[in-house]
Amino acid sequence: MSWWLVAWLSLGAYAFKVLGFVVVGSRKLPELVTRCLLLIPAALLAALVVKDAATTGQQLVLDERMLGLGVAAVAAWRRVPLIAVVVLAAGTTALLRAATG
Amino acid sequence: MLVASFTLSAATGVFALSFGVLAVGAGASVLQACVLSLATFTGASQMSAMSVVAAGGGLGAALGGSLLLAARNGVYGLVLAPRFGGRLPLRLVAAQFVIDETTAMMTAQRDRRLGSIAFWSTAIALFTCWNLGTLIGALIGGAIDPQRWGLDVAFTAAFVAMLAPHLATRQGRRAAFFGAAICLALVPFAPVGLPVLAAGAAIFTGLSTPPAEPAA
Repeated sequence: MSWWLVAWLSLGAYAFKVLGFVVVGSRKLPELVTRCLLLIPAALLAALVVKDAATTGQQLVLDERMLGLGVAAVAAWRRVPLIAVVVLAAGTTALLRAATG
Repeated sequence: MLVASFTLSAATGVFALSFGVLAVGAGASVLQACVLSLATFTGASQMSAMSVVAAGGGLGAALGGSLLLAARNGVYGLVLAPRFGGRLPLRLVAAQFVIDETTAMMTAQRDRRLGSIAFWSTAIALFTCWNLGTLIGALIGGAIDPQRWGLDVAFTAAFVAMLAPHLATRQGRRAAFFGAAICLALVPFAPVGLPVLAAGAAIFTGLSTPPAEPAA
């Protein structure tokens, strides 16, 4: 993996933190802008979830991962703590792979 | 409050462990995984970058989605800045710790002084656990097969857990739905990493007037 990725990601992440916290600070942004920006995590996390759950490279695939994530979804919905969600999903997937592989 | 920030940090440590394992699995060196956790210090971005790298995506694809995710910390900064005193150098240091968890802990406090204590105690505990977890995970990463333990699903499961609170509002659900749909539609044609970046367009669903939330 390239060090450029590490460098750019670190710089970029810090730049965003400083931009909001120090540069813009207490000044008000238009409400419409804030409203859209606050939706970033919802849009991107949902995309990441479906990408990791149902694709390998450029292929759409359904396999053990989907069931593991189904378990994660139910656990998250039941407000189970983050660690437990991760352990349950990984455990389910590992067991399924062991059983089918 | 202190108990809350320590439990949160312990949980983060375990999560960091799987980041370390998966980063090494994706092709990062132990040092690279640790530098990412120290300097980038924002979990979702680090993981999304690693998941693109693991899938064979290029630098641009890995950076795009991660940086877009990192942009939310800028929004948190807007929320926290009015509550935060202090001089410029202190604010420049504090900025590094403006992330999901510190924002949640600080905004939960009404009192300004307590808010500041919540921010710093969470920041210090979390930073320590996140980096220790990454180091340990990266060190054992070479020794175990992430596939066999289902650890490749750990990232995604963590994303599921992080996504859940955003689905509480109708706006959040709409953005999530369109984000997922855009991503899936593009996967077969677009280069790896781009579909997730393009999903960012779903934030424009926020331009329409927010529907009145039914009283729950």
